[in-house]
Amino acid sequence: MEVAELAHLRRARDLLDREYAQPLDVPAMARAALMSPSLFARRFREAYGDPPYGYLQARRVERAMALLRRGDRSVTDVCMAVGFTSLGSFSSTFTRLVGEPPSAYRTRDHSRLAPVPPCMTRAWARPGWIAEPCRIGEAAAAEPA
Amino acid sequence: MALSITHTTVFCTDLDEALAFYTQRLGFEVHDDVPMGPEMRWLTVRAPGDDHDLLLASVDHHIPPADRQAMREIVAKGDLAVFLQVEDLDKTFESLRATGIEVLQEPVDQPYGVRDAAVRDPSGNHLRLSQPLTPRG
Repeated sequence: MEVAELAHLRRARDLLDREYAQPLDVPAMARAALMSPSLFARRFREAYGDPPYGYLQARRVERAMALLRRGDRSVTDVCMAVGFTSLGSFSSTFTRLVGEPPSAYRTRDHSRLAPVPPCMTRAWARPGWIAEPCRIGEAAAAEPA
Repeated sequence: MALSITHTTVFCTDLDEALAFYTQRLGFEVHDDVPMGPEMRWLTVRAPGDDHDLLLASVDHHIPPADRQAMREIVAKGDLAVFLQVEDLDKTFESLRATGIEVLQEPVDQPYGVRDAAVRDPSGNHLRLSQPLTPRG
């Protein structure tokens, strides 16, 4: 793909990464890339491996993981903070991507992630980076007994 | 010091744009600029007073022809990052924003002890700028 076209797609992805808590839809994302919605959806998937709305859902789940790791926010609070409008769709999307429900993820010990810069835990939680379910490396490295 | 980093590579799709950005917008100074024919140019910049080089590496100069298109795409998709520390983050950020730069993250105090912000350089690299947070008082 041409660099100029990729730059448009990158701007749309940056919009999703920045404004994930807003009610974004594909036409709004496509406008950021200066493309029609159908062309945008196809080209975005070619460039980033996931359809735009799937990418947005994964971004919201990744933000939810970060908020849940803090331990001081309720699941409902986190659900609303990252842009989901229903607790049911949040729970099912989270469970599908992470491999466990948000309430279980929230109660686990995540202290070993402390030294990793958040911009990297965020990148590693992107769809397509790790074969699903994406547990940002937590599943692969067993906690010490 | 027994061991230190001398060069950090920043891959660029347009070297002239990159050079203008890192020198005029961020304040780096050219350290080495050695044209070596149409296919090669050794171009490094340094922060004033620092001895660590940022190697501005044009994809067309530093990646073999067979892999250039792939590397251009990786850079343009925006998955490569550069980490810099600045003295006054908000001032630097505002001066960059005034030029119409792509903003990834506005300045924010982070729980890991820095205030940071993120923008795109002209090639699409994720440029993360930070300033250490020092306790007042």
